[in-house]
Parts: sequence; C-alpha cells; structure tokens
Amino acid sequence: MSSLIHVARRLALAAPLLLGMSLLVFGLMRVIPGDPAVVVLGYKATPESVRALRETFHLDEPLPRQYLRWLGGVLRGDFGIDYRQNEPIGRMILDRLPVTLELTVLAALAAALIGVPLGLLAGARRGGVADRASLALGLIGISIPDFWLGIMLILVLSLAAGLLPSSGFVAFAESPLENFQYLVLPTLTLAASRAAALGRLTRAAVLDVVHRPFVQFARAKGLGEGAILVRHVLPNAAIPIVTVIGLQVGYMLGGAIVVETIFALPGLGRMTLDAVLERNYPVVQSGLLVVGAMFMVVNLVTDLLYGVIDPRLRRR
Amino acid sequence: MTRGRSPIAMAGLAIVAFLALVAVGAPHALPGSPTAIASAQALRAPTLGEPFGMDDLGRSVLSRVVHGYRVSLGVALAAVAMAVMVGLPLGLLAGYAEGMTDHLIMRPLDILMAFPAILLAIALTSVFGTGVVLVSLALAVVYVPIVARVVRAAVLATKAEVYVEGARAVGAAAPRLVLRHIVPNCVTPLLVQASVLMAIAILVEAALSFLGVGVRPPTPSLGLMLSDGRGFMLQAPWVVVFPGLAILAAVLGFNMLADGLRDWLDPQQGAGR
Repeated sequence: MSSLIHVARRLALAAPLLLGMSLLVFGLMRVIPGDPAVVVLGYKATPESVRALRETFHLDEPLPRQYLRWLGGVLRGDFGIDYRQNEPIGRMILDRLPVTLELTVLAALAAALIGVPLGLLAGARRGGVADRASLALGLIGISIPDFWLGIMLILVLSLAAGLLPSSGFVAFAESPLENFQYLVLPTLTLAASRAAALGRLTRAAVLDVVHRPFVQFARAKGLGEGAILVRHVLPNAAIPIVTVIGLQVGYMLGGAIVVETIFALPGLGRMTLDAVLERNYPVVQSGLLVVGAMFMVVNLVTDLLYGVIDPRLRRR
Repeated sequence: MTRGRSPIAMAGLAIVAFLALVAVGAPHALPGSPTAIASAQALRAPTLGEPFGMDDLGRSVLSRVVHGYRVSLGVALAAVAMAVMVGLPLGLLAGYAEGMTDHLIMRPLDILMAFPAILLAIALTSVFGTGVVLVSLALAVVYVPIVARVVRAAVLATKAEVYVEGARAVGAAAPRLVLRHIVPNCVTPLLVQASVLMAIAILVEAALSFLGVGVRPPTPSLGLMLSDGRGFMLQAPWVVVFPGLAILAAVLGFNMLADGLRDWLDPQQGAGR
C-alpha cells in the first residue's frame, strides 16, 4: 500500500517538472533575438512571405496563447510543422527515436557488463593488482573525451584497419548484421566513460559493504568468498549501483548527441543539434522537450526501482 | 588509516599546476604563432623542433594546443567561478531557511537539472550565441543548480551539529551563524565539486566547440582542432592525437584532484588506498 503512495507521489512530482521544462524550452526559444519568421526564411524573406508564415504559425498571437497552443498540441502528440521541410515534427521525432533508443540501450548494457564486474573484482581484492589497474583505468576512462575516443576508433579500426564502417546507419529491420556493424563503434564510444564511472562506483559500493558485520559473519561460518560476494555483498551494493546505472543512461541521452554526430547516425540528438545549427527553432524546442522528458522518465524509473530493490525504503 | 597526503591528489595537483603554468605562460614560452599560416609546412610530421607536427594550414599543432589550453582552462574557470558565485548564496539560503524559501529556490533549479547537461548547454548557446564569453556563461547556468544542491546538502547536515545549536543557544545572529559556523563546513565539499566541475567543463567546452556551437574559429580551441583535423587524420594522425591527449591530461588532472580531496575528506570511503 505505502509503496503505491510512494509511486503516486513521485508521479505527482513529475507533472509540474515536465510543465516547467516545457515552459523553459518555449521561453528559451522566444528570447532569441530576431523574428523567427525572418530567421526561418533567411535571405528569401519578403514582407509578404514573412506575413504569411507568421499567420500560418500563429506568431502574431500573444505568447501565453502560443505556448498553450504548442503544449496542447504536444499533449495530443502533435508537435507542429517543421518550417523548413514542411514535415510534421512529430513524424521526424518518431523516425529518429528508435536510433537513439537502440544506441542508448546497447551502450548502457555494454557499460554495465564491463563496469560492474570490473568494480566487483577491484572491490573484492582491495589493494591488489586488479584493484590498482582498475583504479587507473577508471580514472582515465572518466577523463577521456568521448568525441576523441570516437575519432580514434574510426581512425584505427575503420580507416586504417578497415574492419568496421566509420559512419552511417542501417535499420535493424533491414539487415540485423549491418545494423550491428554500424553500431559497434558508436556503442563503444558512448559506453567507455560510463563503464569507467560504473566500475568506480561499484568498487566503492562493494568496499562499503565488505566490512559490515553480516559479511564477517558469513565468512566466519565458512562461506566461500565467491558465495559471499554474490549472496551478501552484491545485493547490498545493488542500490547505489542501480542508481548510477540509471544516471548513466540519462547521461548517455546527452552523450548520444555527440556520438550521433561523429558517426552520422540519424538520431534524435543529431536532429536537435542540426536544428540548432540551422536555427530551426520549432524543431529545437520539440527535440529539447522530448530528450528532456526521456531523461526525466529514466530518472523517475531509477527512483522507483529503489523501492523494488530495497524493501526498507518501501515501508517509509 | 591515516589522513596522510594522497598521492593521487598530489599527482593531480601537479598536472593542474603545470597546465595552468603552460596556459598562463603560453604566449611567452613558444616562438611559434598558433595562427601563422605557412602552406609549405602543411601536414608536416612531428620533428624535434615541432614535436606535435603541423596542421593542414602549416600552423604549429604544439602552439595551437598550448593556446587552446588558455581558452579551455579559462572558459572552465570562468564558468565554475560564476556558478559558485550564484550557486553558493542560493544553496546557503535554501538550506538555512528551508520551507517555502527552499522550494522557491530549488524547484526552478530542478527544472534546469532535468535536462542532460550537454543538451542544456547546446540549447543555451543557441540562445546566447557562441564565443568564449557566452560559452562560459552557458556552462555557468548549467552548473548553478549543481553547486546550489551541494551547498544546500552541506548546510542541512551542518545545521544539525551540536556546536551550531550551541552558537544559536548563546544568541548568535543568523548572519554570524551562517558565515562563522556553516560556510566553513561547505568549503571542502564545494572544493571537491568544483574540481569535478572543472573536469566536466573542459570536456563540455571541447565537445561544444567540436560540434560547432562553442568557441569560434580562429580562436585556437582543442575541440575545434579535433573537428578540423578529422578530414585528414589518416595522412596526419598528429593533428587529432595531440589535441585529444591534451584534453585528456587536463580532465584527468582535475579528476585526480577531486578523488584525492574526496579521500582526504572521508578516508573511509576513499577511492585510493
């Protein structure tokens, strides 16, 4: 019962936050100097075409009404029309969403599969060779610029060795094998620093638990080290680890902008960045809101997972 | 476990100090100009005189990296300093007053934190515009909520301490209570956070410049050098290898410093030793 209340309260907090986010992105795009219609039409702008565009997109209405019109549309899944391509923005987002999701999910899996075992190994043998090596690796990993790592991977693995494609994308539905080939390098690029961060945190979480009395008791009763790690240490270290995996997925939604640009992947991040560079503000506005909302959902789910993993929190 | 000097922190400090020295002394230390074009020298491989080689326009990569540090460290320092100047008072106020004031300060900041940092930075530069000053400003806006949160948490933890209660009991006024007893306890967590933020700021500035929404050419910037160099990196790998290593070194220095400070703050949880 109380866990239901916890869920309800978290969800209730999400609504005003989303509203605030929509206000922020709308406001940001309106304080940009200049008439959006002139910006969109560029050198082709004539007084008539500007007036027509302003009318089509309701730019002459008061700002609160423009905001409500946009928000109302977004709630119905209608993000408006892209001024440039005359294409529904909602359609553009739906086309690009799967690419970003696939990249993020693959990178999160890779980061967890690399980072968590390394952290466990380091934490279980504190001060050993594995620990020292993973400490250095972890520091370098969180410090390496992802865009540089991506460039280096392209240089070595695709340009010099010719093993993998350097840029582009093939949908999974078209060819699963090619889809995989195109995503190997982007996934590694996005996952590397997150794997390092996850490894560092897993190690700290393990170290926090290994000296607790119940672990010493398990050791005293003769349980093997492997069993202690899996049965007693891991479950107790899981809460911070899950939290950080959640945070890393959120971080990756931001990192995807960079990675999608380097590897020319047609994802949501690149769409938003291209729109920024072209000063295509309606697309920027919707792209920001969608990525921001995804980020918020990831954080919300992480938060709710606490309760599932740690029954103590549920009773509060 | 003793609270000895952390070797990681010392190494980090040494790296940071060295790079700061390089950044400050850059114009005087090197004979080569970062912007002088010499097409005869284009893409020349590293030599003893020019250990980082030449770029596509025959400009010295070493000189550009060194000048790039000025921009990189300058932007990061300005961003973190501005974020602290705004975030520290906000965090103090929110943590000390609690209740309605706390909500009024922290809820709007939550909205800023609800976006991935780099996305928010890109959105802000699209409003502010690009260039060194505006990028610093955008990064500062991204960091204000982070600083405010760290400070607020430290204030909340400190307020419960007995000596603060005691000072209040003997009639210390609120400003004195905050400045004498609470602020000093925020300094160490703030230093750790500032060091982490410096590391991230260097990364994000380089990423923004790389993506074309940060520092504008011809200002030498490590991120710009990477995006410029991509086109001919197979013939001349040095144009992308050295700027990348330079970013890595700076970020590593600040991360090591942060790790060491954290160890020193809480030896039980430390990452080192």
